Amino acid sequence: MLSALLVMAAIAIVLGAVLGFAAIKFRVEGNPLVDRIDAILPQTQCGQCGYPGCKPYATAIAAGEADINRCPPGGEEGIRKLADLLGVDFKPFGGDTNAPKPRSVAFIDESTCIGCTLCIQACPVDAIAGAAKQMHTIIAAECTGCELCVAPCPVDCISMVAIEENITNWKWKYPLHTVAVRRAGSTRQPGKARPAQ
Amino acid sequence: MRTLYKFHGGIHPPGNKAQSTQLAIAHAPLPSKLAVPFHQHAGETAKPVVQIGDHVLKGQLIGMPDGFISSAVHAPTSGTISSIDMQHIAHPSGLPNLCATLIPDGREEWIERKPVDYREHSPADLQQLLRMAGVVGLGGAAFPSDIKLRIGKQKIKTLILNGAECEPYITCDDMLMRERAAEIVHGAEMLRYMLDAGEVLIGIEDNKPEAIAAMQQAIADCNNFEVVTIPAIYPGGSAKQLIRTLTGLEVPSGKLPTDIGVQCFNVATAYSVYRALAHGEPLLSRIVTVTGNVRKALNYETLIGTPVDELVALSEALPDTNGYIMGGPMMGMPLHAMNAPGPAVHVPVVKAANCIIAASDRLFPPPPPALPCIRCTRCAEVCPADLQPQDLYWFAQAREFGKAQAFSLFDCIECGACSYVCPSHIPLVQYYRFAKSEIHAREREKQAADSARERHEFHLYRIEREKQEKAEKLAARERAAQAAKSTVEHSDD
Repeated sequence: MLSALLVMAAIAIVLGAVLGFAAIKFRVEGNPLVDRIDAILPQTQCGQCGYPGCKPYATAIAAGEADINRCPPGGEEGIRKLADLLGVDFKPFGGDTNAPKPRSVAFIDESTCIGCTLCIQACPVDAIAGAAKQMHTIIAAECTGCELCVAPCPVDCISMVAIEENITNWKWKYPLHTVAVRRAGSTRQPGKARPAQ
Repeated sequence: MRTLYKFHGGIHPPGNKAQSTQLAIAHAPLPSKLAVPFHQHAGETAKPVVQIGDHVLKGQLIGMPDGFISSAVHAPTSGTISSIDMQHIAHPSGLPNLCATLIPDGREEWIERKPVDYREHSPADLQQLLRMAGVVGLGGAAFPSDIKLRIGKQKIKTLILNGAECEPYITCDDMLMRERAAEIVHGAEMLRYMLDAGEVLIGIEDNKPEAIAAMQQAIADCNNFEVVTIPAIYPGGSAKQLIRTLTGLEVPSGKLPTDIGVQCFNVATAYSVYRALAHGEPLLSRIVTVTGNVRKALNYETLIGTPVDELVALSEALPDTNGYIMGGPMMGMPLHAMNAPGPAVHVPVVKAANCIIAASDRLFPPPPPALPCIRCTRCAEVCPADLQPQDLYWFAQAREFGKAQAFSLFDCIECGACSYVCPSHIPLVQYYRFAKSEIHAREREKQAADSARERHEFHLYRIEREKQEKAEKLAARERAAQAAKSTVEHSDD
């Protein structure tokens, strides 16, 4: 009886020590769920979700404080991916969030710019080059299209330009072709075009 | 007799090659104007180095290679640059791209040509010469040849010259081999020198006996060259399939032929390598087969930039022609009459354009409406890449791109054999192209997001650092002020 108790106690102490050691040795920094949510978010850093960037929004989702349908740049596909990851139901956009817009980049009208640097301070990804009293310009390749630079500009010289389709970013479309439909009593006949979703 | 190997699948569509091989290669006359696109090759667009109004000589550089994978673009004849703007090109999107319009002066005045003896130069120098001569793969992919010659530490055992020309209607390589076999073989010797390769195998399908005879005669004095007659099967001329047929080796998924000690060039590419090095002539023209619904099907030596409709006019298209195909009927790109979506008939001939087929409903009847997939797996039987096209179709149409990728979507060479045999007439290749381009777009977006995340994190770090520096400066100033105050107090005592 006593020996059994001692054996069990010894095992408990050893395993407890192993677990305690593992908890310190293999400690994961940060919240892995936050990183996985952050990986889905489009990194526009636009703040349209009501949080000051994608990471804070991801943290809020992970903590269960924010809904998954608050990111317009991520689009419906983003909501679907978040729903998949978190095992919750898909939720359409609604309420106070903006509707998704086509992707665009900021454009500075360089003849109007007075070089006040307010937009440079507002840009979350440092995609505006310029200095005080010097003309500013957007580094288009790095611009996420967050629109945060538009409001601070005192002379309204920043506009958003939609990214146009060109040879490099063009994509093959979902195939559109006629499909045959078969109705009762009729043989093969041409039907309507297969809808592109 | 060399042992030949079989690859999986393949089909036997009617060849339709006899029409355009009756007469010798003709020279297409100088067109009224030439539109030379700056993006004719795989990789980055060349940078224009001429201005509107400039007078250029034949062979003068007008587009400088820009980026690692890029190639030069030259003026195909002497004349005046009348515009540099966005014009319609042969691209499935039908979107315009940067082109230079050249009005020929008719004098065909050359720049100074500098022939080189390749044996006196290092392979690296020759690669640079080929890059500046705008030599790209003329089989259809237009991949810059100098990149394919940069092999690093790999040892190339076999150099393969691709003269298979498996796609129906196309005969430009056939005619080139018949008429200019010696030049092709000289070019192959140069390629072999640059690759430090051992044997050279020239693969030609058995439906081109004249080309085989001509090439055999041309290699008579060459050491370690062999012309190999291979059975005509589509797509036996695709690089990976040809390598398999000739050597029995299979290029592993996601690897390059150089990884297994083989490199493959089209015969026309070898010819232009010869012209570029031995004559100092950049790539200004190519042989284009004009065939299909025309009165006289023929191969033309055509200047790059010639409008396709002017070229077809030489062969007199029949009245019921309703569009052209650039390339072959299996993998080519349809060019439509004006105002229809997609690329138009007046686009210029580019380096990749091996064939123009005048199409009509008689030759290419519109496909019947598609029926549902019945999973007969006939597509899997003919797939030369040994894939499961019916599964790929299923995943692509359901937009399950991850699964399509797991089923080796990117090993698909888009040869169209699956669509050809599909009893339900499903345009399978269109689905694969759609899936591939969606996956590429997603990868691009992911990269952009990752870069934005990094920049945002640095932005936050920078603001934090600036705040800290400011606080430190303030603290230092306060300390200095305190110190000054205390010394004043001390001196007061």
